[in-house]
Amino acid sequence: MEQVLFWICGVVSIVFAVMMILKRNPVHSALCLIVVFLCLAVSYLLLGAEFLAAVQVIVYAGAIMVLFLFVIMLLNLDDEVHSPGKPRMALIAGSSIGSGLILLFLLTGGVFKALSGTRGAEKVVAGNTQAVAELLFTKYLLPFEVTSILLLAAIIGAIVLAGKKG
Amino acid sequence: MVDTTQYLVLGAILFCLGVAGVFIRRNAIVIFMCIELMLNAVNLTFIAISRSLGSIDGQVFVFFIMTVAAAEAAVGLAIILSLYRRRQTINVDEVNLLKW
Repeated sequence: MEQVLFWICGVVSIVFAVMMILKRNPVHSALCLIVVFLCLAVSYLLLGAEFLAAVQVIVYAGAIMVLFLFVIMLLNLDDEVHSPGKPRMALIAGSSIGSGLILLFLLTGGVFKALSGTRGAEKVVAGNTQAVAELLFTKYLLPFEVTSILLLAAIIGAIVLAGKKG
Repeated sequence: MVDTTQYLVLGAILFCLGVAGVFIRRNAIVIFMCIELMLNAVNLTFIAISRSLGSIDGQVFVFFIMTVAAAEAAVGLAIILSLYRRRQTINVDEVNLLKW
C-alpha cells in the first residue's frame, strides 16, 4: 500500500514538475506547482510527518501559491516568448540536470551510508505533532524566536518594496 | 515500508528539475517557483533521513525552512512587483544592469 502510494505520488510530482517548467503560461506553471506540493504532502504523510504535511498544504499550497497567483494576475503577463539566439540554454540545462543528478545521487548515497551507522534507537511515534512541538519549544527555542524576527523583517521589507508608488 | 533511498532519489530528481527550470525559464516569477520546488525537494530529503535516523530534529529543520521560504517568497515577489513598475518587464534577460 505504501509502495503504491509512494509511486503514484512520485510519478505525479515529477510529471507535474516537468509540466511546470515547460508551460508557457505562468498561471499554468503555478497550478502545476500546487499539484507537486500536494503530492509532496502525501509523501510527508507516508514518512510519518503529519504536522509537516498539514503545514505543507496550508502554507505552501495555500498561502504561498495564492501569493504567487496574485502577483501573476496583478502583472497581467503575456505568455513567455522564447528569446532567439539562446539555443545554448537547453544544452546547459540538460548537462546541469545530468551532472546534478549524478552528484546528488553520490552525495545522498554517501551521506546516507555514513549516517546509517548511527541509526538512533528511538522510534518516531505515530502522532508526531506533540513531539515536534516539544523539540521546537525546548531545544530549538532560540531559532524559533529568531524566525519570528525574520518574518517581521520580511513583512517590513515587502511593504517597503511593494507598498509605495514609484 | 518504502526504502529511504527511494525518497532520496525522488528528492534529487525534483531538485534537478528545479535547477533546470531556473536555467531554462526567463520569467522571474517562474524562476521563483522553481526555487520553491528546490526547497521542497530538500524538505523531502530532510524528512526521509529524519525518519531513517529515528530522530525528529529533521522535521523541525523543515519547519524552519518553510518559514524562511515564506519570508523569501514575500520579499521576492515584492521585488518583482517593484521591478515591473519600473521596467515594465520581468524577463530576466532584459534586467541586466548588474550583469557583467
